[in-house]
Amino acid sequence: MQKNLEFWKRFCRNKGAVVGLLIIVAVILMAIFAPLLYPDSPWKLVQRPFIPPMELDGYWFGTDTLGRDIGAGLVHGARVSLLVGLTSTVVALLIGVTLGAFAGYYGGLVDDGVMRFTELFQTVPNFALAIVLVAIMQPSVESVILAIGIVSWPPVARLVRGEFLSLRSREFVQASMVLGQSNARIILTQILPNTLSPVIVMTSLMVATAILLESALSFLGLGDPDVMSWGYMIGAARTVLRQAWWMSFFPGVMILLTVLALNLVGEGLNDAMNPRLARKSR
Amino acid sequence: MNNQTSDKTLLSIEDLTVRLPEGADRDNAVENISFQVNRGEILCIVGESGSGKSVTANAIMGLLPRPYVEPVAGRIVFEGRDLLQLPEATLRDLRGSRVGMIFQEPMTALNPVMKIGDQINEVFDAHGKAGRKERKEQVVELLRSVGLPDPESLGDSYPFRLSGGQRQRVMIAMALALEPGVLIADEPTTALDVTTQAQILRLIRKLQDDRDMGVMFITHDFGVVAEVADQVAVMQLGEVVESGPAQEILNNPQHPYTQRLVGSVPRFEPPEARGKLSAETLLSVRSLDKTYVTARGLFTKGRTVQAAKSVSFDIRKGETMGLVGESGSGKSTVGRCIVRLLESNGGEIRFRDEIDLASLKGRGLQPYRKHIQMIFQDPYASLNPRRKVGRIIAEGPMAHGTSQAEAHRRAEELLELVGLDSAVADRYPHEFSGGQRQRIGIARALALDPELLVADEPVSALDVSVQAQVLDLLDDIKQRLNISVLFITHDLRVAAQICERIAVMQLGEIVEYGDTREVFSNPQHPYTRELLAAVPGRNWSIPEVARKAVADQQLQKEVL
Repeated sequence: MQKNLEFWKRFCRNKGAVVGLLIIVAVILMAIFAPLLYPDSPWKLVQRPFIPPMELDGYWFGTDTLGRDIGAGLVHGARVSLLVGLTSTVVALLIGVTLGAFAGYYGGLVDDGVMRFTELFQTVPNFALAIVLVAIMQPSVESVILAIGIVSWPPVARLVRGEFLSLRSREFVQASMVLGQSNARIILTQILPNTLSPVIVMTSLMVATAILLESALSFLGLGDPDVMSWGYMIGAARTVLRQAWWMSFFPGVMILLTVLALNLVGEGLNDAMNPRLARKSR
Repeated sequence: MNNQTSDKTLLSIEDLTVRLPEGADRDNAVENISFQVNRGEILCIVGESGSGKSVTANAIMGLLPRPYVEPVAGRIVFEGRDLLQLPEATLRDLRGSRVGMIFQEPMTALNPVMKIGDQINEVFDAHGKAGRKERKEQVVELLRSVGLPDPESLGDSYPFRLSGGQRQRVMIAMALALEPGVLIADEPTTALDVTTQAQILRLIRKLQDDRDMGVMFITHDFGVVAEVADQVAVMQLGEVVESGPAQEILNNPQHPYTQRLVGSVPRFEPPEARGKLSAETLLSVRSLDKTYVTARGLFTKGRTVQAAKSVSFDIRKGETMGLVGESGSGKSTVGRCIVRLLESNGGEIRFRDEIDLASLKGRGLQPYRKHIQMIFQDPYASLNPRRKVGRIIAEGPMAHGTSQAEAHRRAEELLELVGLDSAVADRYPHEFSGGQRQRIGIARALALDPELLVADEPVSALDVSVQAQVLDLLDDIKQRLNISVLFITHDLRVAAQICERIAVMQLGEIVEYGDTREVFSNPQHPYTRELLAAVPGRNWSIPEVARKAVADQQLQKEVL
C-alpha cells in the first residue's frame, strides 16, 4: 500500500503525465458510453451532407459527404482505436517477451537464432509489412490486430533480451540456480518481475504507435469495412479536404490527443518506475 | 592530540560542521570536527562507511554538492586563508596547485580517450604553468618519479593499456604535478590488489618524504593505517572520537569505538588448531580446467583465457578450506565450477567419493544441488529486490519438494539461527543493512541443509566490525552443523583467521596448498611470500585491550 502511494506521488509530480492520464480516461469513458451518447449506428445517414460544425442543433461536429454524423463517428471510432491499440500491443508483448526472455536467458545459439529472426522483421518496413499482412488475411478487426502485433514485437524482444542478459548474471539469479530452481521458475519468478518497469513504460508508447498504425491502415481503406474508425473518417474525407475541413480535422485531433496522452503517460510512468533517475531531477 | 596550530601545520580543520539535506539519517554529515595536517606527516582518517570521511575531504576541496550538503560552521585554514570563505575562482586555483587529490577508483578516474601525457599536461594548462618543451620534460619526470616503466614513451599511451595500479600511479603523478603542499588521498588503494596496494602505499610514503608534503589519507583499513600513518583521527557518525599519534591509537586505543574497531581487525596469525579434523574427504577436485572464450562471433575466433589450469585440492568434512589469490587468479572461477554455475572444461569434482559432479547435467544434477550451496559477495545484488525475505529463504526447499508452509517455518527458524528476528520474514531486502542482508544470504544457503558451503568473498563488501560478526557467525554455524566451507577471499587476514587449510592461487594455478599455519609461517612459493609480505600492517599485533572490548561487547549482546 505504502509503495503504491509513493508510486502515485512520483507519477503526479510530472504534470504532463497527469494531463495525459485525464485525456485517456476521457477517451475510455467515451468509448464505453458510445451507445448511450449516440445510440444509432455511426454509418446511418441522419441529415443532409456537408453540414458544418456548430450549425445545426444536435450535430455539433457536422456531417460528412454522405450525411453521417461526425460526432457519432468520433465516439464509436474511439472503441475501435482503443480495442486495436490495446489488443495488438498484448499480441506484440506475448511474442516479444517470450522470444526476448528465451534469447536473453539461454544465450549462445538460442540467442543468435532468435535475434537474427528478430532482425529479419526489423529490416522490413513496419507499415509495408502490415499492409501486406492485412491484404493477405482480408481486412477485419482481427486481421488488423494480428498484423499490427506481428510488426511491432521486435523492439520488445530486444528490450527484454537486454534486461535478461544483465539480470541473469546478477547474484540473486545465480543463487536460485544454485538452489536448484527450474529454469522456467527462474525466468518467471526471479527475472521477469524485475524487467517489468521498462516493459510497462514501453507498452504505453506501443499502444500509441498501434493506434497510429490502425488509423493509417484504415485511411488506406484496409480497415474493417464494418466498423467506423478515425483513420477511415480521415481517408473518406480527404477528397473534400478543401471544401469541408471539419470532416478530417476532428478525427485527426482525436488521434493526436490520444497518442499524445499515451506518450505523456509513458513518460510519467518512466519517472515513477525509475525513481533513481527521477530523484536526480529533484 | 594537541589542538594548537604550530608552524608545522599546513592545513587545519577547526570545528567544521557540514549539514546534510533534510530527511537524511542524521542532521550533520560531520559535526564539530577538528584536526591538523602537518608538514612531513601522514594523517590517516579512519572510519566505517557513513562516518563522514569523504565528506570531510570534499569539503576541503570545495567539492560538496552545494546547497544540499553545505558547511555551516567552522573553518578550514590553509596557508593562512579560510577555504570556506574563498570565492570559487581562487579555490579553483588552489585545487591542484596547492592541494592535490587522489580518488578511490583508478579505472574510471582517467579519461579513456585521451593520452596519459596529455592528461597530465592539462593540469599545467589549467594553471597556466611552464612552457611547451619544459612541460614535456616535466611529464616524463613525473612519470618516472611515480615509478612507471618507460616514462619517455608511456605518455603517448591511452589509459586502457595500463593496469589498475599503474593508473593509480598516473593519478598520483597528476595530483603531484604542481607540487602541492598537501595531498588528500581518498581510499586510494581500496580498489587495488594487495601486492599493488603495498607498492602504492610505499610510493605515497616515499613521495611524501621526498617532497616534505602533508598527506591526509582516508581509509577504512587499520592494516593500512599501521603501514603508513604518523597521526590518526578516528571518525564515527560524523564525529572525531579519538585522535593522536599512530602508535598510541594502534596499540593503546582509549575510546570504546576505537577499541572495537581495532579489535575487529582479523588477527594475522592463524589461531591454534581446534580439535582433531576428520580425515574423511567430502569433496575432491582433480585437475579442474576452465577456459573462457571471449568475443566469439560468426567470422571471428574468440580470444581464450585459461582461468583454471589443472586445479586439484580436497575439502575434508567439517573444515574451512581457504582459496586465496588476487583478482584474476581464477579463485572465483573454481568456486563457481564447484557449485556448477560454470561448466568446467576438464577434470573431476568428486562429491563424497561417489559421484563426479562435473559429469552431471540438467535434471541429473538437480538432486545434488542442495548438498553444495553458495554465499555471494555483494549483499545488495544477491537478494531479489521484489521478494520478501521469508520467501527468498523458502525458495530453495520448495524447489526440492518441501511444502510451502513447512519451508516458511524453516525460513523463520533459520532467520533466528543467523541472528535475526523471525518476524523480519515479511520484509523486503531493501529494508536491511549490508551485514543483515549477508545474514539472510547465509540463511538461504543453509535452508537446504548443505554439506558444503562455497563462500565467495562473503565479507569483502562489509565494514570491518560487521565483517567480524559475519565471520563469527559463519564459524559458529560451521561448528554447530558440522559443514565444510570453501572460503574464497583476497584478504589474507580473513583467511588466516578462519581457514584450517589454504590454497594459494596465481594465474589459474594453485601454487601452494597446505595447513594455514604452515603456509603462513613457512611459505615455500615465491608468490606466497610476496603476498604475505604485502599484507598491510603485518608487523602490528592487535592489542589485547581491543580484543577484550570486542569480546565484552559480544558477551553483553548474548546476555541481552
